[in-house]
Amino acid sequence: MATDIIIHDKKDNVGVVVIEKITPKQDCACWIMEDDSSTKIQSVDEIPLGHKIAMVDLKEGDTILKYGHDIGKVVKSIKKGEHVHVHNVKTKKW
Amino acid sequence: MEIPKSFLGYKRENGRAGTRNHVIILPVDDISNACAEAVANNIKGTIALPHSYGRLQFGADLELHFRTMIGTGCNPNVAAVIVIGIEPKWTKKIVDGIAKTGKPVEGFHIERTGDIGTTMKASKKAQEFVMWASEKQREECPLSDLWISVKCGESDTTSGLAANPTVGNLMDKLEPLGVHLCFGETSELTGAEQVCATRGATKEASDKFMKTWSSYNDFILKEATDDLSESQPTAGNIAGGLTTIEEKAFGNFQKIGNCKFIDVLEPAEEPTKGKGLYFMDTSSAAAECVTLQAAAGFNIHLFPTGQGNIVGNPIEPVVKLTANPLTVKGMGEHIDCDVSKILSREMNLSEAGDELIKTTLRVANGRLTCAEALGHREFVMTKLYRSA
Repeated sequence: MATDIIIHDKKDNVGVVVIEKITPKQDCACWIMEDDSSTKIQSVDEIPLGHKIAMVDLKEGDTILKYGHDIGKVVKSIKKGEHVHVHNVKTKKW
Repeated sequence: MEIPKSFLGYKRENGRAGTRNHVIILPVDDISNACAEAVANNIKGTIALPHSYGRLQFGADLELHFRTMIGTGCNPNVAAVIVIGIEPKWTKKIVDGIAKTGKPVEGFHIERTGDIGTTMKASKKAQEFVMWASEKQREECPLSDLWISVKCGESDTTSGLAANPTVGNLMDKLEPLGVHLCFGETSELTGAEQVCATRGATKEASDKFMKTWSSYNDFILKEATDDLSESQPTAGNIAGGLTTIEEKAFGNFQKIGNCKFIDVLEPAEEPTKGKGLYFMDTSSAAAECVTLQAAAGFNIHLFPTGQGNIVGNPIEPVVKLTANPLTVKGMGEHIDCDVSKILSREMNLSEAGDELIKTTLRVANGRLTCAEALGHREFVMTKLYRSA
């Protein structure tokens, strides 16, 4: 089956869209690179290629994990299947 | 895939090998650009390397200027060099530095002669050099004569997912074969700096990395007028889905595969600890970084991009790869190696690494890169601070 979303690491709470875009309420096939496993998620938002989708519900202050590492903090709560980007996540560095 | 053991390169007087055979006209300073460009216009097959600096610099900034100038002339992709400066002293210093390689080099200064007289004298010598260099033949050179530098640009999430890990896969396969490797981009490791530090081959290398990164970070925080979110990530990065500097850094870091770095180099510093991976303290601006790596002696560059950076370098061929299918579709004339099939899972990482090795060797053997064919010759000096 075609892959719509790739997740780097099992610990990650976000995945990356790898098709031109996903549309709201799309049932997406996800591939986890680390252990070559698969999972599924239903999208909430339209999300373009290369952008991230929340794999779980996230609340303000939560840490986003990608590559199994901390890549920033949630500044506005995010529901599973929503678009994760600069509108709801910020760096912890500057 | 069985990796070829050799490539066809130009053997140089000092034992290094080049993937190119350039005769360069190197201006010492900004005001000598016109003369250098006039010489390159007169004598076909030479290239002028105009730039913006070289006057009234001092201290570490001046040292970096000389290191970059001399290193560029010494690069094995350069067969011979004409150096042109306004004054004799600094011109001679650069000529003497390049002459240590044993390659033909001659300097000219403009004061008391003027642009026209200097152009005439330098053109005669440049003609002699380019005709001499044109008889050089490519010969079989061991793979270990490749010095490969890497830097990514206009990154997006496809860079961290696929294009950068493809470079990492190439590093994992070529490092045991004795090549020199170099990565840089101090600021763009921010967020992944602790993890990067663990990749030092020795405690000394790890400590040196942390010291270099901390010093760069302190400088950035001191000079920043805002939170830097406007610059890192860039607007292009954000359009491509990258949200924070940490995310960009972990993507960037994929380029070194599982290799460990044996030393940390100053900008434009030539590595001296033998084969293996080096980290160089560089800006993350593409042209500045590649210029510094070329000046350190690297003879072929791999440049993964997401949204489509188009940078080239006058002496070090820059091989572009991308995993973003939209970039391949929209600006394919800039892409030497398409690894977008990783995203659709029609290609695995090892296959992509093999593709990149094949492309790298074709370019090392003489195939023009997209950037070369399109005339990209970005030569950008790094300046550390204001001139006197």
